[in-house]
Amino acid sequence: MKHAKVACFGAIHDATEDKGRIRLADGRFVNEKEVVWLPPIDAGTIFALGLNYADHASEISFKAPEEPLVFLKGPNTLMGHNGETRRPKDVEMMHYECELAVVIGKKARNVNRKDAYDYVSGYTVANDYAIRDYLENYYRPNLVVKNRDTLTPIGPWFVDKEDIDDPMKLRLYTYVNGELKQEGSTKDMVFDIPFLIEYLSGFMTLNQNDIILTGTPKGTVNVVEGDEVVVGIEGIGELKNTIVADYVFAR
Amino acid sequence: MKAFMLYQAKARFSSTTGLEDIYIGQSHIEWKGEKLSEDAFDWQSPVIGTVYGTLLNFREQMDALKSEFDKAPYNKPPEYPVLYIKPRNTINAHLKEVAIPRGVEAVEINATLGVVIGKAATNVREEDALECIEGYTIVNDVTIPHDSFYRPAIKQKARDGFCPIGPWIVQKANLSNPDSLMIWTFKNGELIQVTSVKDLVRSIPQLIQDVTEYMTLAKGDVLLVGIPYNPPMAKAGDTIRIEIDQIGSLENRFVNENVRIAGGEKV
Repeated sequence: MKHAKVACFGAIHDATEDKGRIRLADGRFVNEKEVVWLPPIDAGTIFALGLNYADHASEISFKAPEEPLVFLKGPNTLMGHNGETRRPKDVEMMHYECELAVVIGKKARNVNRKDAYDYVSGYTVANDYAIRDYLENYYRPNLVVKNRDTLTPIGPWFVDKEDIDDPMKLRLYTYVNGELKQEGSTKDMVFDIPFLIEYLSGFMTLNQNDIILTGTPKGTVNVVEGDEVVVGIEGIGELKNTIVADYVFAR
Repeated sequence: MKAFMLYQAKARFSSTTGLEDIYIGQSHIEWKGEKLSEDAFDWQSPVIGTVYGTLLNFREQMDALKSEFDKAPYNKPPEYPVLYIKPRNTINAHLKEVAIPRGVEAVEINATLGVVIGKAATNVREEDALECIEGYTIVNDVTIPHDSFYRPAIKQKARDGFCPIGPWIVQKANLSNPDSLMIWTFKNGELIQVTSVKDLVRSIPQLIQDVTEYMTLAKGDVLLVGIPYNPPMAKAGDTIRIEIDQIGSLENRFVNENVRIAGGEKV
């Protein structure tokens, strides 16, 4: 089943997809246009992977790492479907990253990769924006690059694990203003989902609703004010958001 | 009873939800009118928000690394605050054990001041920074030693129980001058390091300004002001006590992971 969290009728509701429509937990059906989409998961620890597709690594002139390059994100950066992402003024390179987000279903410690999917509850789509102008070589990529407010749209749907036959064989793609800009397959991850769960749970405890953003394939290009960015993953959903300029914010 | 010896703080116990008002005396804690000793409580971390740490914010650490900054892989000195997150599995509490992972001989004791955020802080100016502070607490950012600051140190910083916090939060009104607090670290009763908040590269207000320029700190989040240069090490069997003037003392014993998982959870 597909689950969402939406705001409408003056409250926040859990919702599910019912034959292409949004069904609130109280039974009401609502139109997609009538709701504000919130992140579908109350995220715990948010892990993100850098350079986890060999083609993207070479695109930004890195060779794929020998050990996963993991960084963490805070809850401030998350945002729902149809949101607005701020592009700071005077930056030259801000790019989207279409990523499969894996949601942990229960406490996981020292999990063997062959059992890894037992600890997954499902999947969603994330757009892990980066502002490359702010990259410095200290705990890189640092929070100023990756953890800014509005920089991580996630959703619209959280999809139960059972609904996805093989998460390591899904098409990912990004459209900017309707034009296909990024395309890849989760099969090209350097470190796959079972590996990542074994790796992370091998040195720390993962908990329910921790989220792993598994990295992005080749095709990350600069986006500017007014651009409409849609990141999608086959069978999971399409996550849209719009780039807005600095002056919208009181700064 | 010398009432003037008492100061107020906020704490969280395993038996309560939310923060409790307590009064700290010289040899006892007063809670709900009762006088108890410190070890009568099952202390929990007084903060449950996100814990953000700051690297390279003590002058001595900056100065020591200065000659490295122009070389690979750093190439130039940092311009922005260098931050990291201590995720929720690391959160630990006063008088709880910290587990040293298998294969690790000793861990760094990074004694620091935690600034507890009192209301959502976005794009806060330095001169207004105090308004968004709730109070202060003590934090030990336990870390496995690592020489390179090039990549995020998740494996070194995000181990279970690697972030003791507490014992309590002292509200800002009770601190005369947080910018000159001294941080004292004791190992098995012996003083092994002294640092001062005076020696920060970015002062607390400036750090809040530079961080909230791009990310919102939420009510309940904690911002660690920095970690000391050349931090002392702890091995299994050591007891570490970090004392900060006008706040209190955070004490933890270090054990081997095969004895127990920190945070009180048995393997």
